[in-house]
Order: sequence, then structure tokens, then C-alpha cells
Amino acid sequence: MMGVNRRDFLRIAGLTAAIGMGGKTAFDLLWPGQLDAAEGGVEGWWKSKTPENPLFPGDMAPGNEVPNPAELTAKRWGMALDMRKFTAATRAAVVKACNQVHNVPAIPGNQNIKWIWETSFEHAFPDLAQEYMDNEVHDLPFLVLCNHCDNPPCVRVCPTKATFRRADGIVMMDMHRCIGCRFCMAACPFGSRSFNFADPRKFFPDGKEPNPTYPTRTKGVVEKCTFCTERLAKGELPACVEVSGGAMLFGDMADSGSPVRQALRTRYAIRRKNELGTAPQVYYLI
Amino acid sequence: MNDKPVIIFGILVFLAIFTFPFWHAKGNAGPVPEVQLPKDQKQCVASKEYMRTTHMQLLDGWRDSVVREGNRIYVASDGKRYNMSLQNECMKCHTDKAKFCDQCHNYLGVSPYCWDCHVAPKESK
Repeated sequence: MMGVNRRDFLRIAGLTAAIGMGGKTAFDLLWPGQLDAAEGGVEGWWKSKTPENPLFPGDMAPGNEVPNPAELTAKRWGMALDMRKFTAATRAAVVKACNQVHNVPAIPGNQNIKWIWETSFEHAFPDLAQEYMDNEVHDLPFLVLCNHCDNPPCVRVCPTKATFRRADGIVMMDMHRCIGCRFCMAACPFGSRSFNFADPRKFFPDGKEPNPTYPTRTKGVVEKCTFCTERLAKGELPACVEVSGGAMLFGDMADSGSPVRQALRTRYAIRRKNELGTAPQVYYLI
Repeated sequence: MNDKPVIIFGILVFLAIFTFPFWHAKGNAGPVPEVQLPKDQKQCVASKEYMRTTHMQLLDGWRDSVVREGNRIYVASDGKRYNMSLQNECMKCHTDKAKFCDQCHNYLGVSPYCWDCHVAPKESK
């Protein structure tokens, strides 16, 4: 076979490069968003309505899927923690309630699963910690949880859209889609996400899940606080808010009459790592 | 080529071993699985035929609808309303996973991973 001469080589190389560059442009023009992985993309791909039976068409046609009319709804859910009202007993009750409702196991060591937990001021607010500051605030243990950011970095990086932002602002996990890549854990600046390094069922006392109405997780998925979407759907407030005795407020950030907005009007509040621009929606009333 | 008889013998042995499951069972596919249906309920969310062939797609649609769109209620074609939840609704009637789900799944050799996360009701023994 004859070798390719310089002129032909340059011609083919140029043509290939032109096609290669044009390909992405053509894709973007003809099928906008199709090439993006997590951001944008085709919305509503999951809208798989209950299918017709191929063998018995028309027989007992599939029904409709509708929201629960009793569901608590909001434009933008948010939370405020009143640090003046928290006692050691309240903090313990809140953490216990969350862990029980959501079958969060207690795993010894650094592989523990955390939905809501206690931490020090420096760890919760590294940007606000001063060398000399109010001792009372500094020594207070803070309860931290997923901030359900307006601009959630975890959602941007998820390659499977397993984590996503609902219309009401809740950053939700779809456990069925999580592949355990842990990009979201690297992206979250608050450490709000935990990975299941082992089967969590092994870590329940007597091998029994505390709550039979809520699923556990499986080995290899990431989990976090969901603002109790399953309770909101039934018309109930999140479990932590319910047992907090008024120390935790939950409401619609878009409604100026909601308990959270009312508290924020009169009290000085801080948010975690505000400067990162993720716009957390969990406020701490000092 | 003097190996012809050896090759043919080899092929016959291979065929005999390969088809062993078929002629050993003499075309009998084994006992058909017996599914225990709930005694106090007559009607599922769809007809028996529909559920038999399409329950996996129905459940797959349910899980997306619940998690992604927040739809929690299923209005069946007869107007009855159901909570779309495997753990809290399906298993309320089909209380025994071993005598219902596992019967066909084991027979067909499929192992859906529902129960890695969802909690099955306690099995009565």
C-alpha cells in the first residue's frame, strides 16, 4: 500500500478536525442540552406514567398519580434553629427522633451516617470564629444538617441526577439512582452527606430497623437529611421540628408570615459558610 | 483424517451433557409456583392480568412519581385511592413476601433488589 503524502495527510487531518468541532456545535443546535450530563438536560425524563398492559390493552386501564391533598406545600422550605432555646436534652431528643424515623444506624468510627448532629462553633462556622468572642456562643454545641441550598453544589456534580432540587427547594435524594460515586460528598461544603461503606442493617441493635414504615439504605449509596419529605407529604412537620419544643422553626421562606420569616425579622441570624454562595436555607438565631 | 469417530463421539458426549436438563426433566418445567393471595381483599390496584405481567413497570413508575414529582396517591381506574408505597401499601395486603413475591421470583430466577432497602413485613412461620 502506498503511504499518504504530506498534502493528503494535512487535508484529511483538517477535515476531521472541522467535523469534530462542528459535531458538538451541531448537537447543541439540533438537540440542545442533550450532551450535558447533570446540569440542564432533558427535564421530565422520569415521567414514566403507568404503562398499558401489552397483553391486555384497555383492560383495567392504569390509574392516575396525584399528590396527597393533605400535603404541606411551600414555595421555598426553610428552617431556623433558635440557639437560645436549645438545651442538651432538646438536642439529644432531636437527633434521636431523626435517627429513629429514618432508620439511621449508629456505626462506630469514622464511617458513621449523619443526618443531623452536634458540632462545635468553629466547625459549623469556620468563617465566623474569632480569636476572642462571646464565650456563650462559642461554647454552644450547634446542631447541623443539610442546608438545602438554593444553589446546591451536590446537585451540579451528580452524574446520574440521583440528587436533585425539588420545586419547593428541598434537595432530595433518589436512592434508586445513586451509584455511590461520592462526587456530591466532595462537592458539599458542609459535610452533610454520608456514604454507606457497609450494609447499614448490620448496625441496628438486634438487627431490627427501628421504623418499619421507612426504608433503610443499602451498601454503596449516599444519604442525607431530606427535610422529612415523607412527613410533609402526610401533612406533618419534620420529625426534628416536632420534638424540638419550639427551638426549631420550619416554614415557607417565600411567605413573610411564616414562623421562620417572622423570627428572622427580629433576631440576628447566621448561616453556615455564607461566602461560598450556596445560599443555605437553614438559619441559626443567635 | 482418522480422527472422525473420535470427533463425532466427542460431539455426541457434549450434546448429551448440554441437553441433560431438558431430557432429564422430560419436558416437565417443575412445579408451578403457588402464590398466596390475600384472603380479605378481592381487588388489587389493577386487574390480576395487568399486575401479573406489568407490576414491575407499575412499581418503577410509582417510585419515580413519588420521589421525583411528589405524587403519593394512586387513583386506580375504579376510582379507589392508594398510597403509592411498596413497603406501606403493597405489603399491607401481601403480608408475606416469601409466599407472594419470592414464589415467582425464585421460580424465574430473578432477584429484584427492592428488599435491600425496603423493609419487608415480618414473616410468619
